[in-house]
Amino acid sequence: MSKKPGWKELASGDLLEAGTAKEFETGDWRTLRPIKDDEKCINCLNCWIWCPDSAIIVKDEKMIGIDYRYCKGCGICARVCPPKVQAIKMVDEREFREK
Amino acid sequence: MKRVARTGNEAMAEAMRQINPDVVAAYPITPATEIVQIFSQFVADGLVDTEFVAVESEHSAMSACIGAAAAGARAMTGTSSQGLALMYEMLYIAAGLRLPIVMPEVNRALSSPINIHCDHSDTMGARDSGWIQIFSENSQEAYDNVIQAVRICEHPQVRLPGLITVDGFIISHGLEVVDLIHDEEVKSFIGEYKTERSLLDIKHPYSLGALDLQDFYFEHKRQEAEAMYNTPEVIRAVGEEFGKRFGRKYDLIEKYKLEDAELAIVVLGSTAGTSRVVIDDLREKGIKAGMLKIRIFRPFPHKEIAESLSSVKAVAVMDRVDGVAGFGSPTFNEVRAALYDGPTRPPIVNYIYGLGGREISLEEITSVYKNLEKIAKTGEVKKIVNYLGVRE
Repeated sequence: MSKKPGWKELASGDLLEAGTAKEFETGDWRTLRPIKDDEKCINCLNCWIWCPDSAIIVKDEKMIGIDYRYCKGCGICARVCPPKVQAIKMVDEREFREK
Repeated sequence: MKRVARTGNEAMAEAMRQINPDVVAAYPITPATEIVQIFSQFVADGLVDTEFVAVESEHSAMSACIGAAAAGARAMTGTSSQGLALMYEMLYIAAGLRLPIVMPEVNRALSSPINIHCDHSDTMGARDSGWIQIFSENSQEAYDNVIQAVRICEHPQVRLPGLITVDGFIISHGLEVVDLIHDEEVKSFIGEYKTERSLLDIKHPYSLGALDLQDFYFEHKRQEAEAMYNTPEVIRAVGEEFGKRFGRKYDLIEKYKLEDAELAIVVLGSTAGTSRVVIDDLREKGIKAGMLKIRIFRPFPHKEIAESLSSVKAVAVMDRVDGVAGFGSPTFNEVRAALYDGPTRPPIVNYIYGLGGREISLEEITSVYKNLEKIAKTGEVKKIVNYLGVRE
């Protein structure tokens, strides 16, 4: 982030321009990373419906991946993936970060 | 100008009719009920264009006003005592979000013990909430102050909410002669409410009141403080213009026979009226008595107070509230602090009086001047904090 504005230049009254959540990449909060198994996924899109961070990427009605810039690793996608499918696994984030 | 008989509540309701706010959200509470009750009749009679929201509590009343003001509306409400206390958290939010809500407020004692009569404990409880506080001596001032408050609060350099107080029952229910300004003139004086940004402007969307942590909260509070620093100049300009147009000029404080006074009392609200009678009487007897009436309590006119009291020999600050602070009451402590930087520091005492609607008599105010006379002569303050009119 660039230098934060002082009180004289800041918009007054706790006002935030719309759409700024996009600039705030919450992916670095993550301690567990959802990993999708392409072979198991049936594209039911349950994960897309439930993801609170709109981090499930869908193209042509198919789940094609997870946007790790915003995924907080809450695990809801893995939980709502149908029990017989279990296409999403939560993996310790350290396994990826330490590499 | 039309001369009529109005109670304080009626006069303020009349001002609200002329202001014709976009939204009024209110909940009734003695002794302020009449303000919004009369106003709701104006709504029912089609005399205003206001959306009237009958809410279930004062917390909701202020919340609805905040929502309306954030959406770009001119929003008003009215309350007193416990009602103001119930608004407490929302008062800070209105100020922090810089929403210029205007609220007539009737001074009434806070529970407990439960009491419906006048003192200033309710208003003083909200003194650090970021609201402009205007005290009115009588119905005329209450009417004039509500109209001026719209201009003051909405000023681009201010954009803070403001409350206009009258003393419960003494003024709120006391019938007095009031000069009303013509509707059209009020309309042109207050002008149209223009917001720089509003939530209903869907072409330029934004979030208001988002979480503001260690990295931004301080800057926003600094802006709010700056707005309050800007306010005295705006209040003076609006009071000046009001005087030019309608013949009654207003300032931050009012001095009564203070120029050559040796003994001064500092008062807020209706007691100023009673004090004038005492001062006139003492002056006839050759005693140089005078009064400083604080009209604007927030922002606190510290400079004007220090200047006005610099040449007196003794000062008594009358507080219609006990701060229960272990030392002194709000007005006293702030006036005393204001004098610290002055060229002279006259001896000063605090009188706590009139709690829960207890009457204050001419004799009691005279007794304060008698004490000041002694202090001025000896230069010695025997007791800093005094109680007036309580049974020992």
